[in-house]
Amino acid sequence: MSGLPGFLIDDRLHFPSCPSQGGQRFLVEMAAPLTLLLVLAVTIRAALFRSSLAELIAERVEVVSPITAWKRVVEGLALLDLGVSPYSGDVFHETPLIIYLFHFVVDYAEITFMLADVITAVALYMAVKDYNKQVFRKQKFALEADRYPLDCLELIRSPKEMYYIPLKVAMFYLLNPFTILSCVAKSTCGLNNAVVALFIFSTIKGNTLLSAIFLCLATYQSIYPLTLCAPAMLYLMQRQYIPVNFRRASFWWFIAQYLFMYLGSLFVLICLSFFLLGSWDYMPSVYGFILSVPDLTPNIGLFWYFFAEMFEHFRLFFLCVFQINVFFYTIPLSVKLKEHPVFLIFMQLAVISIFKSYPTVGDIALYMAFLPVWSHLYRFLRNTFLVSCVLLACSTLFPVLWHLWIYAGSANSNFYYAITLLFNVAQVGQPGRSQRRLLIESLTETPCSPLRKSQNEKSY
Amino acid sequence: MAAHRCCFPVWLFILCSFSLFIIAGSQETTVAPEQHASVLDNPQTAAETAEQTAGESGGVEERRWEGTEVRDAAAQKQAEPAVLQPTPQPKDDFQEELVVRPLHSGDIYASFQFRTLWETDFMRGNKVSHYRLFPKSLGQVISKFSVRELHISFTQGYWRTMQWGQPYLPSPPGAELWVWFQDSVTDVDATWKELTNVLSGIFCASLNFIDSTNTVQPSASFKPLGIGNVTDHRFLRYATLPREIVCTENLTPWKKLLPCGSKAGLAVLLKSEKLFHSSFHSQAVHIRPVCQDWQCKTTSWELRQTLNVVFDLHNSGQGKREWSLFKMFSRTLTEACPLASSSKIYIDITDNPEGEQFELSPATSLLSQAMVLGDRRTFSVYDLTQQDTFGSVRSLNLLIRWKSTEGDMLRPLLHAERYVAGYGLQTGEIHTLMYNHHPYRSFPVLLLDSVPWYLRLYIHTLTVTSKGKDNKPSYIHYQPSKDRVRPHLLEMLVQLPPNSVTEVTVQFERALLKWTEYTPDPNHGFYVGSSVISSLVPSTVAMDTNSTRERPLFSSFFPCKEESSYFVRVYTEPLLVNLPTPDFSMPYNVICLTCTVVAVGYGSLYNLLTRSFQIEEPSPGLAKRIANVIRKMRGVPPL
Repeated sequence: MSGLPGFLIDDRLHFPSCPSQGGQRFLVEMAAPLTLLLVLAVTIRAALFRSSLAELIAERVEVVSPITAWKRVVEGLALLDLGVSPYSGDVFHETPLIIYLFHFVVDYAEITFMLADVITAVALYMAVKDYNKQVFRKQKFALEADRYPLDCLELIRSPKEMYYIPLKVAMFYLLNPFTILSCVAKSTCGLNNAVVALFIFSTIKGNTLLSAIFLCLATYQSIYPLTLCAPAMLYLMQRQYIPVNFRRASFWWFIAQYLFMYLGSLFVLICLSFFLLGSWDYMPSVYGFILSVPDLTPNIGLFWYFFAEMFEHFRLFFLCVFQINVFFYTIPLSVKLKEHPVFLIFMQLAVISIFKSYPTVGDIALYMAFLPVWSHLYRFLRNTFLVSCVLLACSTLFPVLWHLWIYAGSANSNFYYAITLLFNVAQVGQPGRSQRRLLIESLTETPCSPLRKSQNEKSY
Repeated sequence: MAAHRCCFPVWLFILCSFSLFIIAGSQETTVAPEQHASVLDNPQTAAETAEQTAGESGGVEERRWEGTEVRDAAAQKQAEPAVLQPTPQPKDDFQEELVVRPLHSGDIYASFQFRTLWETDFMRGNKVSHYRLFPKSLGQVISKFSVRELHISFTQGYWRTMQWGQPYLPSPPGAELWVWFQDSVTDVDATWKELTNVLSGIFCASLNFIDSTNTVQPSASFKPLGIGNVTDHRFLRYATLPREIVCTENLTPWKKLLPCGSKAGLAVLLKSEKLFHSSFHSQAVHIRPVCQDWQCKTTSWELRQTLNVVFDLHNSGQGKREWSLFKMFSRTLTEACPLASSSKIYIDITDNPEGEQFELSPATSLLSQAMVLGDRRTFSVYDLTQQDTFGSVRSLNLLIRWKSTEGDMLRPLLHAERYVAGYGLQTGEIHTLMYNHHPYRSFPVLLLDSVPWYLRLYIHTLTVTSKGKDNKPSYIHYQPSKDRVRPHLLEMLVQLPPNSVTEVTVQFERALLKWTEYTPDPNHGFYVGSSVISSLVPSTVAMDTNSTRERPLFSSFFPCKEESSYFVRVYTEPLLVNLPTPDFSMPYNVICLTCTVVAVGYGSLYNLLTRSFQIEEPSPGLAKRIANVIRKMRGVPPL
């Protein structure tokens, strides 16, 4: 390993955000495209809100689920006005905090949802920028230690590439048609995404308390983000140089600290919700509803048709199997990916959005936003073209087959089901493929020759 | 024949006088004061009249005698000591009547009412075991389930208010059941469940399909009709089965509840092959406690069995507009029910005072006026307990022959209709239209809607408009549905402006159900029960200046309360709503395919979790491998 040509190393060692390069200038340089992007995104949303499409989109089952539908939020508020508990019926399944929030901002709902998207994008942008800095630092150390073989050079990220990655992430989120649809439909999924994005941001910034609070908020909104606990702890430990070692007291101390903050804020939130409405009705109505899947309204997930067609005496069994599926991968994935907590977050988000009981396209948009972070590894991705074609085709076929089934009456439920099935087949490969990609990446950081290896790897 | 006829009165007379002696002998202990007072007042007349006309029927006075006589004779036949028992005789009374109203559409509306009154207390500690006129099956139901009031109706067809006017007793299509329980009942829901199952057996109907998903507790629309001022709607249960089909098997048990069965009296007309060949058929049973006298010192139970039927004679007849009892029921009347204290037929001749619209035969001189549904109506009365009603042929076959086809009906003041708007199987909108035809008075109505849970109502989309303006209901009681547990209940008080249409709309979303929750014919659709509109409607009499002109001036300035408004309940059409359906033939396929996708997801993750990446040396060429094999055989280290 005689080393790399000097100019190359120079080029790849300097991250543009180093203060020596003039932080002020950099900020301006970076802020301008982001601002432009935000303005563009808000304009698109505002235009769609004003158009007649908004009502159409708000009815789409792919965009809104029984939990996140805006119509149901309004219904909950109307019930509250009538003096009826919103949870006494089976229409409203949002948490009490959402009622409380929209009690004040119901007239500014459009702005709220646009703001939520903007917050998500900015939080992701900052988070990814910070993460990239760390990656770059690591890469620099590795380069300086001469740990990279010559044939890995293609995989080393140049500052120029990395410079645009945060912007790409923000763009992937804000200009993703899924996000736009979700925002225009005023699906509260956008709010959940904002909370998750803030959680990721505070985690990557290393703020333990905020991370726990935002994670708790996300969990409170829809149980599933509970699984993000593991990557958050892994990341924070990595950042604080606490070894992941069961025999170390510092390890357990940190876990206890984090869990205390997490459970403490969860306790506060739950009690707060109790005092807001004065009853525990919301527990079965929100969490029971998520877990027991009583509403079989079609959506893009796997649950609705499966449980509509399920034999009654097997229902509970399969319900458990399907729900465990979301939580089940956390432990093995954390063991496998303990060196890559951010990637683990991405994996968990993907798993949640595929296997959750009432998925919408907004959930998919969140994990899709992370794709550019690992863009340098695309070459190891297989079937990219096929998968993206399938996803694209399915997205267009959803409304078509829905129309044929529900309005035209010339197709039946199987048509729509077939498309959701295909959509999910295309998706389930996603985390697996990405992980493969990452595992290869982790090999690049070892002094060996991963490229050759990966080309010879047996396909599965 | 003549000898036989002579023998009969004599025999009766002997029997009667014998029983009189017994009653007189045991009057201190057996008979209740009022009853034996009447016996003592005119024993002579009674004996005389019994002698004169104790044939097949009698006058008003004799009828009571006949009743007593039969009862005593029966008691005698059973056992002598029964009369001597110290317990008072059950004081019960049975009346039957038939009202016939020729409708302007050329149809005929016939309404039977059978009323049994019994002064007893079912709620007493010791059980009521001796039943006479009151059906035992219902008496046991009342005492076992602590029922305060019970109203049940089975209806086939829909009452067309705009063509036929208001019915005497409204009922929604299908089955309707509402019950007030005594406040001593602790577990109302369990009692209700049990009661519906028992009633289902008694009436051979599918009332056992009433469960929590179609039962509601209306807060204002259904008040007790009998005495008792309970307003706690925890003890009220209301359910409808709009899909229920009413047929002979429901009529037969209903007829069995009558004291005379279908053997005598008006009930002989109830032949099922004719009754169910009609445009509208509704049979009902109402049980309630009522006051015995105006001071309400004693209460008694009233059982009212009603049967309403509308015959479409104009279409089914041979082009002639005429009808008769025989044509309608394929029977004529020959006698009253011997147990009945009154048995009458009323023909509504209000629109026909001079006989210019139709001709009624045989003619009767007996007329009666009554306030019915806010309108003063005139009726020709045929008293079946009078022998001369039957004439010389000993059978009564009423005949109406229409003379003119025109004639206008007073439009009903309150009228409602309902429909589902929208297309597709995702969402929809229920429109309820309420018409107030009163020219200058507005009045409030109570609208009750009970919608099954699988149509998810969005109450924030509720709009009430009349005359193009928003009409805010002054009272809304809304109970949202719970999936698979209870239906939506929407009750509201709306003021209907004069001469207007008030439109109530609410949007709903259609749910996809589990495949086992669909009916056997899922693409037929799902029924939503009728909305119930209850109202105090200003009377038409108050509108009519002619009627006030006849009255003295000092009495007619303020409209008096009884006549100024009357209670009306209007039922709208039931709705038929389609829901999206899954493919019922695919459960195995769906389970297999979905599980496969989940397994693929699991497999790909599992694969990566367990796979370890290793650096693999480039595989040596064939020549090198062969060389290595040879070197191995030689015991030399490989290349």
